[in-house]
Amino acid sequence: MAHAEEIEINVIPPDKAKIKKLWMTALILLIITIFEFGVAFGVPHEYKDLRVWIFITMTIVKAGYIVGEFMHLRHESKVLLWSILIPTLFIIWMLTAFIYEGMAISDVR
Amino acid sequence: MSSTSAATASGRSAWDGGVSPMGASYGKLMMWFFLLSDAFTFSALLITYGLVRSSHGVYTGLVENFTFSPTYWPIPEKVFEAIPFFHGLEAPLVFVGIMTFILIMSSVTMVLAVEAGHRMDRAAVEKWMLWTIVGGAAFLGCQAWEWSHFIHGNGLPDGGANLVHNQYGPPDFADFFFFITGFHGFHVFSGVCFNFLIYYNTVTGVYQRRGHYEMIEKVGLYWHFVDLVWVFVFTFFYLV
Repeated sequence: MAHAEEIEINVIPPDKAKIKKLWMTALILLIITIFEFGVAFGVPHEYKDLRVWIFITMTIVKAGYIVGEFMHLRHESKVLLWSILIPTLFIIWMLTAFIYEGMAISDVR
Repeated sequence: MSSTSAATASGRSAWDGGVSPMGASYGKLMMWFFLLSDAFTFSALLITYGLVRSSHGVYTGLVENFTFSPTYWPIPEKVFEAIPFFHGLEAPLVFVGIMTFILIMSSVTMVLAVEAGHRMDRAAVEKWMLWTIVGGAAFLGCQAWEWSHFIHGNGLPDGGANLVHNQYGPPDFADFFFFITGFHGFHVFSGVCFNFLIYYNTVTGVYQRRGHYEMIEKVGLYWHFVDLVWVFVFTFFYLV
């Protein structure tokens, strides 16, 4: 390990604004999660559709922050961004097809 | 595409090699594509959960009068309402909330480690990686407790759940619980192993000698993905 110390390392000082942005992203994620808890206990189960739509929307917003900011995808080149995002259309299709099938099964039962 | 046009501007074709058309290294790109395929696997599990759930009966009575029955799908918050050291206390979803908090926090410490790596700040990378490992281990511990509680149930002879019998509702519910949270937990476990590996390499100065901390970035992508999956599991398994 002795020779490792000979390499000159230039430690760049931290960029306060950048780090603050990361903590802000975390704070947004936490606030959304707390909001979801509020909906889970504040909105009665009778409004099932409303609850489900709020949960799904909030999940997609959280996913956007995680993938965009934490995984840095929003700041990568556009080719990389679309190479990852476009194939997820298959997931949308899978969801549509399976829910359609599920409704058909419950009709038969 | 900017790197491609830059290469052509200097008189070289983009096909001559030496450029990254997507502005990302080979390893990072492959991590992205692996995560995409992993996203398909998790989607398959969660969407199948949706299909099986929607083909089962729905509880129609009042939420206050809810009781477990194999004839309809349980309300998740009635199943997951226990927390360690507070036996008998009804605290719906509180423990899952704590687990979510732990995972989000460990995602932040991971992204701070990546940021420190960009600045070649070895000490900071070590610090944040260690916190990330602690967070991951804490999450696994919580999950072990939750599994144990779910399996043993109320302690009665026919209580608890396994792959064929389920105190809380249809056996399918327990099967999906074990498969979805189990598959996710296994990802967390391998993530903690990878995190430890890169922490070890940072401490021994491997990345400093290499001149960059890209490994932190690649494993970081994986770790954030694990967090991302949990966001979906949390919504579709515990909230909806």
